[in-house]
Amino acid sequence: MDIVLAITIGVLVAAGIYMIQRRSFVKLILGIAMLGHAVNLMIFTLGRVTRGVPPIIHGEHGLDVGAADPLPQALILTAIVIGFGVQAFAIILIKRVYSVFQTDNIDTLVNTDFE
Amino acid sequence: MNTLLALILIGFAVAALAVSVHKIFKAATPYILALYPLGLTVYFFSQLSAVHHHALQFQSSWVPSLGINFDFSLDGLSLLMALLVSGIGTFVVIYAGGYLHGDENLGKFYLFLLLFMSAMLGVVLADNIILLFIFWELTSISSFFLIGYKHKYEDSRDSALQALLITGAGGLALLAGLILLAQIAGTTQLSALIGQADIIQNHALYPVMLILVLAGAFTKSAQFPFHFWLPGAMAAPTPVSAYLHSATMVKAGIYLLARLHPALSGTPLWIGIVTTFGAFTMLMGGYLSWQKFDLKKILAYSTISALGTLTMLLGIGTKLAVETALTFLLAHSLYKGALFMLAGGIDHETGTRDVRILGGLRKTMPITFVATTIAILSMSGIPPLFGFVAKELVYDSTLHMDSAAWLTTAVAVLANIGMGAAGWIIIVKTFFGPEGDTPKHAHETPWTLWIGPVVLAGLSVLFGILPDIYGSGLLNDAFHVFFPDSDKHIHLALWHGFKTPLYLSIVTVLGAIGLYLVHERLLPVAERIDQISAIGPQNLYKRGIKALPVRANQVSHIIQNGKLRNYLLWTTVAGFVFFLLGLWYSDIPLTFRASFNFAPRYYEIGLSVMLMIAAIGAAASSSRMASIAFLGIVGYVIAVFYILFGAPDLAMTQFSIETLSVILLVLAIYKLPRFAGVSTKLEHRRDAIVSAIMGAMVTLMIIAATSFPLESRLSPFFSENTYILAKGHNVVNVILVDFRGMDTMGEVAVLVIAALGAYALTKLVPQKEGN
Repeated sequence: MDIVLAITIGVLVAAGIYMIQRRSFVKLILGIAMLGHAVNLMIFTLGRVTRGVPPIIHGEHGLDVGAADPLPQALILTAIVIGFGVQAFAIILIKRVYSVFQTDNIDTLVNTDFE
Repeated sequence: MNTLLALILIGFAVAALAVSVHKIFKAATPYILALYPLGLTVYFFSQLSAVHHHALQFQSSWVPSLGINFDFSLDGLSLLMALLVSGIGTFVVIYAGGYLHGDENLGKFYLFLLLFMSAMLGVVLADNIILLFIFWELTSISSFFLIGYKHKYEDSRDSALQALLITGAGGLALLAGLILLAQIAGTTQLSALIGQADIIQNHALYPVMLILVLAGAFTKSAQFPFHFWLPGAMAAPTPVSAYLHSATMVKAGIYLLARLHPALSGTPLWIGIVTTFGAFTMLMGGYLSWQKFDLKKILAYSTISALGTLTMLLGIGTKLAVETALTFLLAHSLYKGALFMLAGGIDHETGTRDVRILGGLRKTMPITFVATTIAILSMSGIPPLFGFVAKELVYDSTLHMDSAAWLTTAVAVLANIGMGAAGWIIIVKTFFGPEGDTPKHAHETPWTLWIGPVVLAGLSVLFGILPDIYGSGLLNDAFHVFFPDSDKHIHLALWHGFKTPLYLSIVTVLGAIGLYLVHERLLPVAERIDQISAIGPQNLYKRGIKALPVRANQVSHIIQNGKLRNYLLWTTVAGFVFFLLGLWYSDIPLTFRASFNFAPRYYEIGLSVMLMIAAIGAAASSSRMASIAFLGIVGYVIAVFYILFGAPDLAMTQFSIETLSVILLVLAIYKLPRFAGVSTKLEHRRDAIVSAIMGAMVTLMIIAATSFPLESRLSPFFSENTYILAKGHNVVNVILVDFRGMDTMGEVAVLVIAALGAYALTKLVPQKEGN
């Protein structure tokens, strides 16, 4: 399963990088979100996937043998939420940029001066 | 008590106070500041007997874990250099007061001069490799400021920069060389290196280390092909030329060669490189010195020749050659320091240094005339002056070389003939003949300008007549720094009898007179030969300096053209290159074990394919809505994966967040225009290739990483303690709200800040200026 996931993540990364190299702000933001997904899935895979046993303790001792690793999950949970925060802010930001500059093309915004 | 450290720190303090002293005491400044080098001179004289047979060590720790310490050592060699620095320094400080009389920036001048003096003392006294390097660089920096003292002139600025770049580049090489040396020898203490000579010279990295160290020494001591910064440095005020660029700083490279001599010398590589470069520099300096018309330029090239001689002698490295080098070092500092100050005096009183304009000064400047003549005679090696003693020894050393003895001797004779002719040019053209039409009406210099040269010239006579004062005293102690086990006791003598060196001296003197007589007829020939310098190091440097900003501009335009996409492209490519390099040089075995920890089921493969198609669709689609929808699919499929592989919490979060983002995206950007398809096909293809490479890299990385067993100490900790410590069953939740509760709070704060920012962007409109 690792290899299937590794290839999938590779494709996600490639798509993300391709998207952040486009001129459009929208594609840029979608690309960043795509890379976020890819990285989350990568952390998940690097923590070794196991099928179907959530990290929940039954009884008073530790996790059952074969349960998923809780640590990557905690990291990813944080990452998903932070990623959403960034994305939401970026969406509002490009909306504002568009209303001021009337453009969706990053290349036209190479000056720091207001024209 | 670390006396030497204290002395150097006092020097820095005096330098820092120089500007204030000049503001308060005005014309008395030179005499007040001269007390510092005078005090040093007295102190070092008092140590003459103390360094007999053993070195005085002064140690204080600085960064002991890195082997960097304030370790100083005073032995014969250090003492000789320290006496030159402080003794000539005393005269130079007084001299500068007369030479730059009335200059409002005199305080600043003294600041840099004293900074240099302290740094130079540090160089010759340091017993720690890194400490030596720090002082070494300080001398380069103070030299930069002193050459550029007349910073309103472009010529001064260019010369200062040239000297700094060349000695600075050499300094970097030296640092690398010294670090290598310290690693090879296992010590940063200079005085401990001598015992490691065998280990150092047999080490595989010895040639690399030697070449790096020599690059530092050669740039500093103006050896070919780095010599050209020294004539350029003549743009500095004359006290600086006399002090830094003839008597002391340019000898730092020689000192370094001498200091490392016991540890590094004697190998064929050392003898070959150091002797050859030294001999060539000696010949070139001698050849060029008689072709110049500017007094300071003539002296600069003869200084290069002398530095070449010293380098060559240390390259030969026999006991006789070392004895000669130490003798020649003192002789040269005495006459050349004097000559520079005298040339400055002539310039100061007549307004020119051009030998074609000067003339007949023998009557108007008698003291200068006598002192110059004595110094020039010493330079030309005429008895009974000290220069004669040194020159005889030089010939004796080259004659006793193991190989190429006659060739080297011939080179030495030719170089000395050139320098001798330059000496005659200075004496005859400046002091004899009809009085020149000089810009100022000539008269004798004030005492501040002649006292230094007169004393130095007097010492040339004293050491010439009684050379053994130096020979069996300080020279003997310095000599035993090189050869601690030798029981040789040195005696210098003026008269050696009718032997080959004497005949060679006679040939040299006659040759010099002959060359002087015909030199004006030879100048056109020399000029034609000089066209070879079009491919010389100085022109290479000039072309390099001109090309550098142009090329830098071109590179910046390619890499940083102000477009975000472009930056990303370069960052990605560079990241990939470094990733490959990192893999190549790392110890990670690239075994891609296909670790099917469990075989995928058909629907898992199906989901993966769906994920990939959605990702490619999002990237390729030219419709905004379609892209957003594709991204949504990616998010949801990942959530399904989380469910399948035991992460229900992640799945829930992912579902809700993904839904939110899609709604937000659609609401926020439906007003924006369609994607403008302005990228060319070529750009698309290029970006696709770069992206594919990066994707492949990540895939390989994951496969490589998952082929190792995972070792985690944290996961078992959380697993065991979640219930015991936190009374919770869901480990992921407990980690977030309990074990890493502070992190979660920080995360909440980030969300709040993002929300505030988003609110500000939508609701607040900046007021236009003027309204």
